[in-house]
Amino acid sequence: MMQLDACLSVLAKRHHDQVVVAAYQAAFAWTRIHPHPLNCLSVGAMGLASTLGLGIATGRPDKTVIVLDGDGSLLMSLSSLATIAEAAPPNLIHFVCENGRYESNGGHPIPGKGKLSFSGLAREAGYSASFEFDDIADFDSKLDSILALRGPLFVTLKLRMDGPPTDDFRLIHGPTARNGFIDALNSA
Amino acid sequence: MTNPHQAGCAPGAATLSGRKIIEAIKEAGVRHIAALPDKTTSHGLLFPIASDPGFHLIRMCKEDEGVAVCVGLAFCKKRSLLMIQSTGMLYSINALRGMAVEYQQPVCMIVGLLAKEPGVRPTDSAKYGVRIVEPILDAMGIAHRLIETDNDIPKIKETIDQAYAHSRPAALLVGQSPVAS
Repeated sequence: MMQLDACLSVLAKRHHDQVVVAAYQAAFAWTRIHPHPLNCLSVGAMGLASTLGLGIATGRPDKTVIVLDGDGSLLMSLSSLATIAEAAPPNLIHFVCENGRYESNGGHPIPGKGKLSFSGLAREAGYSASFEFDDIADFDSKLDSILALRGPLFVTLKLRMDGPPTDDFRLIHGPTARNGFIDALNSA
Repeated sequence: MTNPHQAGCAPGAATLSGRKIIEAIKEAGVRHIAALPDKTTSHGLLFPIASDPGFHLIRMCKEDEGVAVCVGLAFCKKRSLLMIQSTGMLYSINALRGMAVEYQQPVCMIVGLLAKEPGVRPTDSAKYGVRIVEPILDAMGIAHRLIETDNDIPKIKETIDQAYAHSRPAALLVGQSPVAS
């Protein structure tokens, strides 16, 4: 198992001008570790990050779009795996941060904790390739080659839950972050 | 229950042309369509759109996915349309609440009113699932227009243009099955 911050720091080393759509706890951690104008934190409601990423990847085929999903969020929209695989955006990389908990809602376990395989579901849905990591050195050593592949790609990050969740929902739902992202996206 | 005036229909204009609807959608600058099959619009709209190279069709598994796709496209300043059934609109209310209404995004929907009786105002329909559509949209503050006959087709571009001009969601409620021609 890995720490979320450590995983995101590995990803941040490879970030240059990609759009990053991040859901809830991943959004709080990502924007703290790597604040950037092309961070899209405005995912609306649980379960929508993956298809928001699909919409941006469709509208901006010249940009790579990285989705940082939560496991509880993705469980609410497992069907989006089939939708994304069918649309087949080559510029979409879909990460799920799997800690087995509804972190923002009390830490209750997700259904299927320790049993289901998100990467397996994505692979069988038709993503171009899927990967799973539970070792930070392994993730760091392979990430460059993954980012070079044609999407849609799926990456499961197996995480341990550490520390209390962040609850600054005004940050992700407020107009400042959203409008800043839209302006940055359309001038990039 | 069949008075065409109740539904805003002009006498002698009882049919709805799918071809004219598609022309209006194109005139409004929409090229991306996110859709789930809808019984009302399946043959008259979705099949023709699916085979029209002027559109990019994204097939959804669930309607809330389509809300998010359209918002993503709106973030990119690209116009899109979400084609769904009224049952699916009811399913996607939280996504509409969060992304379209609270985020003030121009999510434009074509919503087939499942099993609405032609010529009957939606709120007068015998179908519960139809009667509640307009009151729910009103409660959410989402603008809506009824597309029942060819006379209503000019509302399509007007509604889409207004939605994008003011960055707000809108629903075009299709009251009877369009014919493909």
